[in-house]
Amino acid sequence: MRTMGHETPAGDLRLANLTKRFGVFTAVDDLSLTVPQGSFFALLGASGCGKTTTLRMIAGLEEPTSGQVLLGDRDIAGLRPYKRPVNTVFQSYALFPHLDIHENVAFGLRRRGIRKVTDQVERMLALVQLEGYGRRKPAQLSGGQQQRVALARALINHPQVLLLDEPLGALDLKLRRQMQIELKRIQTEVGITFVHVTHDQEEAMTMADTVAVMNAGRIEQLGAPADLYEYPATAFVANFLGQSNLLAGEAAGRTGDDLPVTAHGARFSVPADRARVDHGPVFLGVRPEKLHLAADPGEVPAGHQHVGGVVTDASYVGVSTQYLVRTAWGSELSVFAANSGVGGRLAVGTPVTAHWDPRHAFVLPREPGEDDQTAPLLDEPPVGVPS
Amino acid sequence: MTALAHVPTSAGEPAAAPRRSRSRLLPYLLLLPGAAWLLIFFALPLLQLAAASLYDPGGSLSTGYAMTWAFDNYPAALQAYWPHFVRSFAYSAIALVLALLMGYPLAYAIAQKAGRWKNLLLVAVVAPQFTSFLVRTLAWKTILSDNGALVGLLRDVHLLGPDGRLLATPFAVVLGLTYNFLPFLVLPLYASLERLDSRLLEAASDLYASPLRAFQKVTLPLSMPGLIAGTLLFFIPATGDYINAELLGTPNEYMIGNVIDSAFLVRLDYPQGAALSFLLMAAILAIVFGYLRKAGTEEVL
Repeated sequence: MRTMGHETPAGDLRLANLTKRFGVFTAVDDLSLTVPQGSFFALLGASGCGKTTTLRMIAGLEEPTSGQVLLGDRDIAGLRPYKRPVNTVFQSYALFPHLDIHENVAFGLRRRGIRKVTDQVERMLALVQLEGYGRRKPAQLSGGQQQRVALARALINHPQVLLLDEPLGALDLKLRRQMQIELKRIQTEVGITFVHVTHDQEEAMTMADTVAVMNAGRIEQLGAPADLYEYPATAFVANFLGQSNLLAGEAAGRTGDDLPVTAHGARFSVPADRARVDHGPVFLGVRPEKLHLAADPGEVPAGHQHVGGVVTDASYVGVSTQYLVRTAWGSELSVFAANSGVGGRLAVGTPVTAHWDPRHAFVLPREPGEDDQTAPLLDEPPVGVPS
Repeated sequence: MTALAHVPTSAGEPAAAPRRSRSRLLPYLLLLPGAAWLLIFFALPLLQLAAASLYDPGGSLSTGYAMTWAFDNYPAALQAYWPHFVRSFAYSAIALVLALLMGYPLAYAIAQKAGRWKNLLLVAVVAPQFTSFLVRTLAWKTILSDNGALVGLLRDVHLLGPDGRLLATPFAVVLGLTYNFLPFLVLPLYASLERLDSRLLEAASDLYASPLRAFQKVTLPLSMPGLIAGTLLFFIPATGDYINAELLGTPNEYMIGNVIDSAFLVRLDYPQGAALSFLLMAAILAIVFGYLRKAGTEEVL
């Protein structure tokens, strides 16, 4: 990792028992986590889950009700925002409209009494590919360009931690994908710790080394994107991060290396190391792309488990076809079949067998009384809604 | 209608030309009533006043005035009344400083911090304007009077001498000016502070600006249009005012407005009154243009 900071030897960012209440509403509930120095960390959650409040507490724009914000060994929770070695890229960019791009980027340097800023500003504008834009006003730039100015304005200060509050939320899809790659490139280049808040699971997974999924002020699960996706810890994570077919079932202890699960009158088996619980009410989960469809039960490969059903919907989305399969007990399973040219398309009404490799299934805890969850959660709230 | 517009008919072409010329005339037609009003009640009287300022100073209402192109009226008037000019600008400048010290925090508080009290506070700023300027100034005369509670209190705590007074002092005149024109400063300031995005202040704070620096580098520059408009709306009428000096002061506090007032209505010296009016106008215009050039915001006016 390259060290660019002129600040004191940096360290990990640690949140310890951080809590924020607004009146009776608890926005952030006893949150503890560690962000290793130099990593790209994403806080992922729906609107109102407390992720932006967490970010604002790290920035100092919100005062924690209790708990600590530690940078290395230093508790910065009591410091005013302008005393913290932390900078933010705001969702609204918050560029100063009366200053040109050069002065916007130089703002932080000037406030710290640095006179000769031109070279640094030029270098920073080059990093975000905005050479020659220095004399323009923010209003003369497009959304994507403004976003990059906001990034340059924060990065030029070499903060120990860079906070990004849904910085790509206002951009259109194509530009967003482009900026994701760009952000990741810059983060690798400068080696600063990035904490990125987003409600877009794809954005989090594309960029972050570590993703924390937040729900109702708490962290549901924290880990590498692939780990979170392949083996979610809760039903919320399973449905927020991508889509899952969760079948309500019962488990009664493992037999050998397997955990038998009874669901809707059928018995299934899951490897014991893919089960979060092994007793009581459980969800048996399989990702839609891990489900395969066979027109006749005889085609199911050995070792695969299966349920029968009828195709009720088929949406062709280019790279794949998304099927809905209604089971005998009425739940509709999602199945994504890659359009790789192997196998034909199945018409609505076709009786099929959905099968999966047990090593791709997982078992999650379930509240008693909860039924199957096979519909995706709404993962894209309207743009502009603060979270 | 829209479909028809795209059909090139032979009948449509000649009809389009007069309609277009009529629509070109329309802005001027709309301008006409206002322009006529300005011409009759502003431009013509101004011309008349300019002419009067050049009349023979020896004339009177009974003997009539002769147009003698008496440019000497100007140096003569300035010679006689320059202390009043100086006093006018000094009083209104002090009043402006006082009004800024009170008005900026007030406008800021209403715009950014008042929350649901915002409208009520705005009404409180504007409500005194519902009574007449004269009545408000007379009220101050009562408040500041020698037998009033305020003077009594100040004498008791020895801030004023035993026969010290507030009324009929420069203090009372400046206070009257400050009070009477404060809303003209506060309202434009409020309008531009209200548009200030508090997220910009958060961004400034995030970028190492202390609250004082953030004010200096973000709030103040962004409120500049309102500040300039407000100071002009305050300073221009305050400088020409004569009611406050008349009611709260003595002839020792008289401003140039009082002199013009008496030239026209008491001494009936029309040439001198007109010359003084033009001198005041020229002085204010010079100050305003100098100020705007310095402030460097051509988009305000």
